Amino acid sequence: MSTTLSGTASLESATAPEARPRRHKAVGINARQNGAAFLFLAPWLIGLVFLTLGPILASFYLSLTRYDMFTPPQWLGLDNYVKMFAEDGRYYQSLRVTFTYVFLSVPLKLAFALGIAMLLNRGLKGLGFYRSVYYLPSLLGGSVAVAIMWRQVFAYDGIINQILLKFGIDGPSWITSTDYALYTLVALAVWQFGSPMVIFLAGLKQIPQDIYDAAEVDGAGPVRKFFSVTLPLLTPIIFFNFVMQIIGAFQAFTPAYIISGGKGGPADATLFYTLYLYEQAFTNFQMGYASAMAWVLVAIIGLATTLSFQSARYWVHYGDER
Amino acid sequence: MTTPSMLTRKPKRLTIRWRSIIVHGFLIVGALVMIYPLLWLASSSLKPANLIFSDLSLWPSKIRLQNYVDGWRGAALPFSSFFLNSFIVSGLAVVGNVFACSMVAYAFARLNFVFKRTLFALMMLTIMLPLHATLIPQYALFYNLGWVNTFLPLTVPKFLAVDSFFIFLMVQFIRGIPRELDEAAVIDGAGPIRIYWSVILPLLTPALVTTAVFSFIWTYEDFLSPLVYLTSMDLYTVPQGLSLLMSSKGASSWGPLLAMSLLSLVPLFVVFFVFQRRLIEGIATSGLKG
Repeated sequence: MSTTLSGTASLESATAPEARPRRHKAVGINARQNGAAFLFLAPWLIGLVFLTLGPILASFYLSLTRYDMFTPPQWLGLDNYVKMFAEDGRYYQSLRVTFTYVFLSVPLKLAFALGIAMLLNRGLKGLGFYRSVYYLPSLLGGSVAVAIMWRQVFAYDGIINQILLKFGIDGPSWITSTDYALYTLVALAVWQFGSPMVIFLAGLKQIPQDIYDAAEVDGAGPVRKFFSVTLPLLTPIIFFNFVMQIIGAFQAFTPAYIISGGKGGPADATLFYTLYLYEQAFTNFQMGYASAMAWVLVAIIGLATTLSFQSARYWVHYGDER
Repeated sequence: MTTPSMLTRKPKRLTIRWRSIIVHGFLIVGALVMIYPLLWLASSSLKPANLIFSDLSLWPSKIRLQNYVDGWRGAALPFSSFFLNSFIVSGLAVVGNVFACSMVAYAFARLNFVFKRTLFALMMLTIMLPLHATLIPQYALFYNLGWVNTFLPLTVPKFLAVDSFFIFLMVQFIRGIPRELDEAAVIDGAGPIRIYWSVILPLLTPALVTTAVFSFIWTYEDFLSPLVYLTSMDLYTVPQGLSLLMSSKGASSWGPLLAMSLLSLVPLFVVFFVFQRRLIEGIATSGLKG
């Protein structure tokens, strides 16, 4: 395949900047060129040093201290980390909630995204209309307004229960039930499958029709075509969507904050990692402890990403490997 | 579809038509399920309180515009204040991202400088970096600068191109612009600044629009940063205004709360309908999360 399979492929080509810098230039980049370039880079470099790299290092230092913003940090060594893993039950609860959320919402979201994208990719009339309607929720989904709406939809007297009542089912109070509250948030995430769907659609369009025709000549039915053509050729896109969604899902904050009234309730059933971190940092002013939590979150996301990349070589097929 | 395959399929035509009707039917039902909550929100925002949870129909039997009047008044401050603040912050974020990110992208795509590879790799890494990794030290920094409870912590980072995803998007786009155009400008005696301003920026417009649209949407929807940095009510943005209205009035006033929720989505609807194609292309080509 000569054209790149959308997102992932372009990401890869991007990691190797300037395919091959011209030799004679690479030897001596003169002062004037540097000057001009750094003029353009200046704002970003200031941001990189003061808002990204500096804070990351500072946050590591703070994670080893007790810090409340108003008095200078006190050295604690690894105490914050020890406390986190050995004593803090709420911390474990926040891990449990977040992992449940990630492991449920990401696969479901991707399954819906792929399923609908496959249906839309049949050259139907009205593709643009359907695509817009299915995409809209993922555009609005991060907002407080949608979280408030969701809270009402799943309220005890909300529409879900009213519809259930028509079938004679007396639904639970979803939002205030420790059994169901987290799943309403999973549902809210799945409802936003539109943006991975749009990426899948772009990927499906890149699969040349000849491959399907050839498969058909060989006697492949629709199921066989899906598993032997579509799915393997789409693996780079699936991989890309998977990684992006995982990274995003670990950081979910707004819906949980609004739906639980900022507390992660009922009884910590929706105490997302980020919510607990926010509480420790900005309600309890345990900035050192929160920094340690932030570092563990970075490690978790980094590990998840690394594992995904490691696993990729077993299941992701790039078109030009042959 | 090619002619030969059409010929072989001819006897199947009827089933194919049926299949497409079924697919359309399925997609329409799915689409309705997807937008039903939003339609419900719109209709409930017009209903009197006693009908919101008892009347399932989407067409309100009694229309109560008073919800909007009551909601607009807000909890302590009117929503005019929240909307104004939101537009100021989002507007500045758009300007900052468009200019700062395009400058950096131009340098990475077209200029040669020392440590280019290292800096590029760093830029790519920051895309993946979770917000929380830097949140607390950034807060400490802004606190010590006296910027807490101003718009500066929400807007200045955009002018420092912190949203590196847009840099990546624009680098990709600039690489597609033929170098001959730059070279022609060099022959005409233009330096990098002229080339950036008169050659690259105009041709970069599609990517700039995508950046502007997503910057607006993300900043406008953002809840965490205003929650952390804005403490006095007269600086609150719309999401904070909604959160305040929700916690202060409680269950007695769903009507006004839902009315303001819907109203807060209107700028997003407008952006969506005007820039639909750019949005969808932006996601499809670069994997923006939207």
